[in-house]
Amino acid sequence: MAHAESHKAFIWKVFGILSLITAVEVILGIVKPDALYLGQILGTSPLNWIFIILTLMKAYAITWYFMHMADEKASFRRAVVWPTVFLIIYLVTLLLIEGSYLHDVLSPLVKWDY
Amino acid sequence: MEANYAATNNEGKTWDGGSAKPLGASYGKMMMWFFIMSDALTFSGFLAAYGLMRFKFIDTWPIADEVFTHIPFIHGDYPMYYVAFMSFVLIFSSVTMVLAVDAGKQMKKATVAFYMFLTILGGIIFVGSQAWEWNTFIKGSYGAVKLNDGKIIQFVDSNGHKVALEDFVAATPYGVREEHTRDKGLWFVEDNNYKEYTVEQVIAGFKAHPELSIVTEKLNHETREKQIVPHAEAFGFLNEAKTVVKGANLKENEYGNTLFGDFFFFITGFHGFHVISGIVLNIIIFFNVLLGTYERRGHYEMVEKVGLYWHFVDLVWVFVFTFFYLV
Repeated sequence: MAHAESHKAFIWKVFGILSLITAVEVILGIVKPDALYLGQILGTSPLNWIFIILTLMKAYAITWYFMHMADEKASFRRAVVWPTVFLIIYLVTLLLIEGSYLHDVLSPLVKWDY
Repeated sequence: MEANYAATNNEGKTWDGGSAKPLGASYGKMMMWFFIMSDALTFSGFLAAYGLMRFKFIDTWPIADEVFTHIPFIHGDYPMYYVAFMSFVLIFSSVTMVLAVDAGKQMKKATVAFYMFLTILGGIIFVGSQAWEWNTFIKGSYGAVKLNDGKIIQFVDSNGHKVALEDFVAATPYGVREEHTRDKGLWFVEDNNYKEYTVEQVIAGFKAHPELSIVTEKLNHETREKQIVPHAEAFGFLNEAKTVVKGANLKENEYGNTLFGDFFFFITGFHGFHVISGIVLNIIIFFNVLLGTYERRGHYEMVEKVGLYWHFVDLVWVFVFTFFYLV
């Protein structure tokens, strides 16, 4: 087998990016700026959307560069990634809509004056 | 690309996938990916169910920052720091894993072994931290009172800071009730529901401290804070009190909704189980590397396959971290 060249520098670069994203998440999680934390966009606060987007970026970096998805054949990559992403989006969408509905129906029945 | 083709020499061996490589991946690697796919869907099922329940109880869900506030050996209120440390440990062990794979492609046995060792070490530190986190959560921090309809009431001082039960509840003239264990009395009787204090003691203590108020589970969506009920109005709630709650388990949770604890134990437990199996697999591969198994086989694809699993465990943690601690 031909010895592949080392990708050490690239790996450390990906690590740097992952650490940076995590650090930003942690700092935002501790500071919780009111402007981002208290607002409401598309059902949740802007801060939560930032967290979700940063998380997806981390997931992409891990799958593509640590799990070497970037080096697989496009057909194989799609066979794994597309069904997974589709099914997760499908499931999450249905369950969150259902959860909101349950909340709308049940929360008026909960008593808070004692 | 060539790494995917050149890795194995399995001419005619059907069990190893034979010489056919559909989609350009070896049999083992492809099956590892499809296993990861199904496992990813299992975890998504758990997290989506967590989302369902959280949306259902969006008015009363516990605020993670008020639950996970502890750091080992340090007293005080430090949300996020410990779990951030755990995240970094896991990311770092992912990096050492990918460095081991990288060294394997160049057939550097000693380097692979070194990085595998660091990966195992990172995994053990992570599982140890998780165990500590569980222990802290189970023991609880302040203690609370559960009402007849299951609502949780916690106690705060005039600044809105949580107050622990032992700071305001007076002991009986006989001291604090001790837990009954088999060696202390009747050997055939167990203390099923041991609580240091009774509801009556807690209410008496609350009466004696007019500076205290109670905090309910109800979340004010404008300020993102839990509703505080002043001392005088608190008795309407406390008259409904049923039990004292300390810590969290599958049946009750001093921080609020029991489901929060159930999902926490279930999801982080299932993830922790994956980490433990990952450590075991890594140890097996580590010894195989030391024994020269892969040197003789001519390739280190096994390290790559176990690496895929290990990265997947890290990937799941990225989502658990976000949806349990951040969002």
